[in-house]
Amino acid sequence: MPLLKAEHLTTSFITPQGKVQAVRDVSFELNEGEVLGIVGESGSGKSQMMYTIMGLLADNGVIESGKITFDGEDISLLDFPDRKSYDRKMLEIRGNKIAMIFQDPMTFLNPVLKIETQLIEPLMNHTDMTREQARERALELMRLVGIPSPEKRIKQYPFEFSGGMRQRIIIAIALTCNPKLIIADEPTTALDVTIQAQVLELIDKLRKETNTAVIMITHDLGVVAKLCDRVAIMYGGKMVEVGTDREIFYQPAHPYTKGLLSCIAKSGADEKEEELKPIPGSPPDLLNPPKGCPFVDRCSKAMRVCKDVMPEVTSYTETHRARCWLNDPRAKGDE
Amino acid sequence: MENKTILKVSHLKTYFDVTKGILTRRQIVKAVDDVSFEVREGETLGIVGESGCGKSTLGRTIVKLYEPEAGTIEFEGKDISKLKGNELKAFRKNVQMIFQDPYASLNPRMTVGEIIMEPMIIHGIYKTAAEREARTVELLEIVGLKPDHIRRYPSEFSGGQRQRIGIARALAVNPRFIVCDEPISALDVSIQAQVINLLEKIQKEMNLSYLFIAHDLSMVRHISDRIGVMYLGHMMEIGPANDVFYRPLHPYTIALLSAIPISDPDTAKAKNRIILEGEIPSPINPPGGCPFASRCSKATERCFQQTPEPIQVGDRLVTCFLYEK
Ligand SMILES: Nc1ncnc2c1ncn2[C@@H]1O[C@H](COP(=O)(O)OP(=O)(O)OP(=O)(O)O)[C@@H](O)[C@H]1O
Ligand SMILES: Nc1ncnc2c1ncn2[C@@H]1O[C@H](COP(=O)(O)OP(=O)(O)OP(=O)(O)O)[C@@H](O)[C@H]1O
Ligand code: SF4
Ligand code: SF4
Ligand SMILES: [Mg+2]
Ligand SMILES: [Mg+2]
Repeated sequence: MPLLKAEHLTTSFITPQGKVQAVRDVSFELNEGEVLGIVGESGSGKSQMMYTIMGLLADNGVIESGKITFDGEDISLLDFPDRKSYDRKMLEIRGNKIAMIFQDPMTFLNPVLKIETQLIEPLMNHTDMTREQARERALELMRLVGIPSPEKRIKQYPFEFSGGMRQRIIIAIALTCNPKLIIADEPTTALDVTIQAQVLELIDKLRKETNTAVIMITHDLGVVAKLCDRVAIMYGGKMVEVGTDREIFYQPAHPYTKGLLSCIAKSGADEKEEELKPIPGSPPDLLNPPKGCPFVDRCSKAMRVCKDVMPEVTSYTETHRARCWLNDPRAKGDE
Repeated sequence: MENKTILKVSHLKTYFDVTKGILTRRQIVKAVDDVSFEVREGETLGIVGESGCGKSTLGRTIVKLYEPEAGTIEFEGKDISKLKGNELKAFRKNVQMIFQDPYASLNPRMTVGEIIMEPMIIHGIYKTAAEREARTVELLEIVGLKPDHIRRYPSEFSGGQRQRIGIARALAVNPRFIVCDEPISALDVSIQAQVINLLEKIQKEMNLSYLFIAHDLSMVRHISDRIGVMYLGHMMEIGPANDVFYRPLHPYTIALLSAIPISDPDTAKAKNRIILEGEIPSPINPPGGCPFASRCSKATERCFQQTPEPIQVGDRLVTCFLYEK
């Protein structure tokens, strides 16, 4: 049984301009100890999909459909008798089994509390540790995430830490509850490459040592290649392709995934100057997305059917699926 | 034949005094500290380095937004600190800057047309409004926007489109040299490639020179003829793009390149990276010696005492004692 199973998630936002269809019928699974990368353009619905799962949507967000099973429990809002019992459940899950790491560590750390308090409180809330034990564990966690002289550092405030150190503290806080799943939303985007490398190495080490599953939201394909077992590609609120790392990078099926891979300047061993092939145009407006394939306006392979009919899922292997008419026998000859 | 030098920067220093209070010791940020290089006509020099190493300060000093503490900047053979009157005006026209943030750098209350025409009016390049408008339409086409975008507002455009508006504005006065300060960092991967290709196309057509600042090393390698690597205000290594990228010499360049995530799962997962310990030291009152010494695995006693000078190694300059002959 997968650790996390999301089926037909659909989330919209009510705005004065109309309904923003941020997440449109997305389904996926995650196994224990697995690292899933979620890649996509800005605004493609990556964060809101995760907030939907975590029960953290903004007030104007509406979950229109979706079933979420985590660790054997149904945690879909729509299956709870009322909002209050759902919120209570999610509070418990977020504290104990799922931890989140955000892009900007300062939005998560309390600037007026010492690191000590921010680490010890969750430990004491989630376990029956005494203050002394919690402090010991906090120091141990700080060592684990690579903070030098933790005895001294634990007495400091967040502003006394650099960006990379703060992100390590967040990771240490995330680990206080021994989570089964860590959701990291662009955890290294604000960091320099050398610090990013430190943090990625740390996440990789932790998941190997603790068998924690990780969902890594990022737009950096290099981060995905380094860390992820499987990759999901999002576009215009839809999950357009999912597969193992090698399937996505070496046999991409969806024209958007292919386009994305040819937009990046390869930093491999080859010195030859390969041309960047940009994808023309820009992503669809989610207030009024195309009826059919979200990529249709930018796709060089688009057929007549693409504009009006949402493509079905085509399976290539056990693990590799894409939503595109190109490989669907029903769309043959439709030019 | 080698193209002629358009920009020559010699021993440039730009410092900021950030002393708080009157009785405390003076606190100086040495944002750019003794940097020298040249840019030739039609060439792109890429500048890379981690946050705070002085890239933007260098770019802003070149376009005269900051006054240097010491050193000289020559543009087309003239010391820019001595420019006056018409010469200064010509410099302000010939050297333009494109900014990092396509959201913050455009005035939201002006139409796209007004934004692009503003520098034309300031520099008095076209006599009539009709001429300005005709040129603006042309520029919109060059950067891949539509003529009817001229009356729309920046808020109606996506990030990539706004960056194109910024580029059109920089081109409005027919510059010779553009400082591009992270022009693609805020954009999506699929849009980055659009902007890079556009910048390359315009460069060929107008024989422009670029100082291209970024921290994405693979994009920089793609667009640059030469690359300079900065650390704590110093130029650590500078040379032909492929040499610096594929055969780095300076210990910092080697570590920096090793840290870039490679977009290929087999290579990325097999690769043993050099993980630099620690973080960049504070640029406030930096210690003497080699700026990289505190993180360098090759550092010796001497590196903490003495500051290395740039050493010529083939086509490259490397600021490290390891390359002394
Ligand atoms: N509170 C809100 N009200 C209205 N629209 C919203 C709200 N929050 C998000 N959206 C919209 O939902 C869509 C999906 O947003 P989401 O934050 O999931 O994007 P993302 O893929 O995480 O992008 P990024 O890479 O920029 O973080 C976007 O079009 C966004 O503008
Ligand atoms: N106006 C200023 N006053 C004081 N200090 C400044 C000023 N501008 C820059 N600095 C400092 O100078 C140093 C270099 O900054 P600069 O903005 O040039 O770095 P950068 O390489 O462009 O970094 P980034 O990649 O983050 O844009 C930093 O330590 C910065 O804090
Ligand atoms: S469904 Fe059609 S438009 Fe969409 S990606 Fe496939 S070919 Fe292109
Ligand atoms: S001079 Fe010394 S400390 Fe500096 S980079 Fe070279 S070996 Fe390292
Ligand atoms: Mg997001
Ligand atoms: Mg900068």
